[in-house]
Amino acid sequence: MTDILELVKSQKLTYEQKVLSLAHAAEDTLDVLHIPEKTQYYFEQKAIDNLFEGNAPYRPRYILPDYDKFIKEGSNFLQIDPPKDLDELLYALMILYRHVPSITSFPVYLGNLDKMIDPFLEGYSDEEVKKKLKLFLNYIDRTITDSFCHANLGPEDTRAGRLILGVEKELQNAVPNLTFKYDPDITSDEIAELALYTSLFCANPAICNHKLNMDTYSTDYGIASCYNILPIGGGAYTLSRLVLPNMAKLAKNIDHFFDTILPECLQAMGGYMNERIRFLVEESGFFESSFLVKEGLIHKDRFIGMFGIVGLAECTNILMEDEGKRYGQDEEANDLADKIMHTINDYVNTFPAKYSPISHGRFMIHAQVGMDYDKGITAGVRIPIGEEPENLSDHLRHSARFHKLITTGCSDIFPMEITARNNTSAMLDIVKGAFTLGVKYLSFYEENGDLVRITGYLVKRSEMEKYKKGEVVLQNTTHLGTSNYENNNLKDRKVRRV
Amino acid sequence: MIKAPVRRIIPHSLVDGPGNRTAIFLQGCNLRCAYCHNPETQKIYTDNSSLEIEWMTAKEVFEEVEKNIPFIRGITLSGGECTLYPEFLTELFTLVQKAGLSCVIDTNGSIDLSKYPELMEVCTGVMLDVKAWDEKKFKRLTGGSNEVVKKNLKYLADVNKLEEIRIVCIEDEVDTEDILKGIKTAIGYKIKTTKLRLIKFRNHGVIGRLKDANSPSDEYMNGLKEMALKIGFEKIIIS
Repeated sequence: MTDILELVKSQKLTYEQKVLSLAHAAEDTLDVLHIPEKTQYYFEQKAIDNLFEGNAPYRPRYILPDYDKFIKEGSNFLQIDPPKDLDELLYALMILYRHVPSITSFPVYLGNLDKMIDPFLEGYSDEEVKKKLKLFLNYIDRTITDSFCHANLGPEDTRAGRLILGVEKELQNAVPNLTFKYDPDITSDEIAELALYTSLFCANPAICNHKLNMDTYSTDYGIASCYNILPIGGGAYTLSRLVLPNMAKLAKNIDHFFDTILPECLQAMGGYMNERIRFLVEESGFFESSFLVKEGLIHKDRFIGMFGIVGLAECTNILMEDEGKRYGQDEEANDLADKIMHTINDYVNTFPAKYSPISHGRFMIHAQVGMDYDKGITAGVRIPIGEEPENLSDHLRHSARFHKLITTGCSDIFPMEITARNNTSAMLDIVKGAFTLGVKYLSFYEENGDLVRITGYLVKRSEMEKYKKGEVVLQNTTHLGTSNYENNNLKDRKVRRV
Repeated sequence: MIKAPVRRIIPHSLVDGPGNRTAIFLQGCNLRCAYCHNPETQKIYTDNSSLEIEWMTAKEVFEEVEKNIPFIRGITLSGGECTLYPEFLTELFTLVQKAGLSCVIDTNGSIDLSKYPELMEVCTGVMLDVKAWDEKKFKRLTGGSNEVVKKNLKYLADVNKLEEIRIVCIEDEVDTEDILKGIKTAIGYKIKTTKLRLIKFRNHGVIGRLKDANSPSDEYMNGLKEMALKIGFEKIIIS
């Protein structure tokens, strides 16, 4: 109870942050999930991790409402008619966003904004639209105080898309996270370059390989939270992760890792995720009571379980310690990492996941980005900071190799020298090449900008400074970002010079 | 295959021509510019006495370039003065073109390129420095003559290989207005379609006479851009 009193008395949390933390504490007093002893053991060893999702799941982790349907039909529950003009559209969305739950209690997906907005622009000048967009986007930034909130753009070149990019560059907001879906057959070079140019001012948008991600599901996909590829009209029930380096530490040697630790952890996590999904679907009442379900904005059969992995690099390095081979640098280490990934993939491809028809009854692999409490654990399949290959080509080839088996979200981040702003066609060349080879998702930021991409989400350096001094800050992701930035030496990411 | 002295290869360069390119810097220059920002590349070697350069065949250089496919649009040869090695360039460009990449030369324009039609055949475009228009100013700035530069300017425009014209701008030292007018006289209407890059002088790395000279102001650079627009240039970049 001391912890709860500490939350109540905290001077570092906003009122809203306190309420959410207290709700979490209340949930954790319950004990409703059946967890086998072996699973409990691996939790205690921190070999698997439920990311503090809470002891009694009562809403899916990530929800991607079908905003097109909402725009077409409005909502009975919210008493909103289908919008007829731009003001009505933005107003309707602002209302709906308030009612989309998630693991953070804030909406993690705001829709493919350019395509949603573009049909409503006729008759307005650019200046008029930009003013409305600024109000809309600032409302989002100041009320959705968590940057695991994502909006999508593209792949088409639209007037709305261009205006949103222009406004983003001016506003310098951390929320929402933005991703441009890029497909060279659909996207014009011009808007792709504008997107990259914008990212060198405000670290937004990231670039998603549309061709490689578009067929992930039988429905359309959206990018939510950090960079998660999920079905529209559904989302993810849950995300747990294998903390690969901690698993490697439990192993006596490579054989022990592959014969015992890895299979046991896979089994433990698969069973645990199914148990969470079972409770959510069968007992929590979410799918029976949510208006989002009743109005067809989400469907129970479009949710998946995200099977996360983190720290492939350190895991490989621990297993190869005697040989001194390093992930990202030595082929032997990369081959071992590849074997680990294939083993995980083989398991996921045969283990039955509950209530997951959209992914054919299987979990999907996700390159988890890390948590604020991780130390010396590199996100997903990334190469550790400080060990990045000298030549960007080698780095991107490595990314392509390890993005391959990750189906529901992975990314790489590249800080760039400021001069890159002068030649966005060169950056687009790099993106085109990387996407041809199989890289699924990339993001860039200018090395000295205020906005910095922590792992998948954005935080302002200036806000982190405030938080470090003990001041209250608006966005709770600043709390997470501050620890992560320091624990994982993010300031030392290799800047790509030109 | 003949070998050329390679000073440095930058796998991804965003500043040496259109798109992302592998930039190859050859050692040795025939001018001694007072504002040269990489003077270490000036000395001409004919032997293996320097450990900082590697004598490489076109094939060896191509193998380095290949590592960066498909991330690059092409290669740019710079220096030093890369046109001191026209046979090497011809061999390298032939290999690179076969791989579907473009080949750009960055040159001070002091070697008569019309004498190397085979090189021009495999070269996609030339980025040409025009350092000064007045003979004496050019001599004072570079130690050489600009007669061949002017000849190259016209020749490259005639054979449609003029990728970009570059002027490093320093107040009083460089006769930028005369250069702009001179170019118009030399290449006529093609100034409309030829890229013009006005480079703001920066003393970073300079050890020559102008090592302490100041960078021109943004106002001065913008004034030059206005002037270029009036003269008839349309594709102007300040960098």
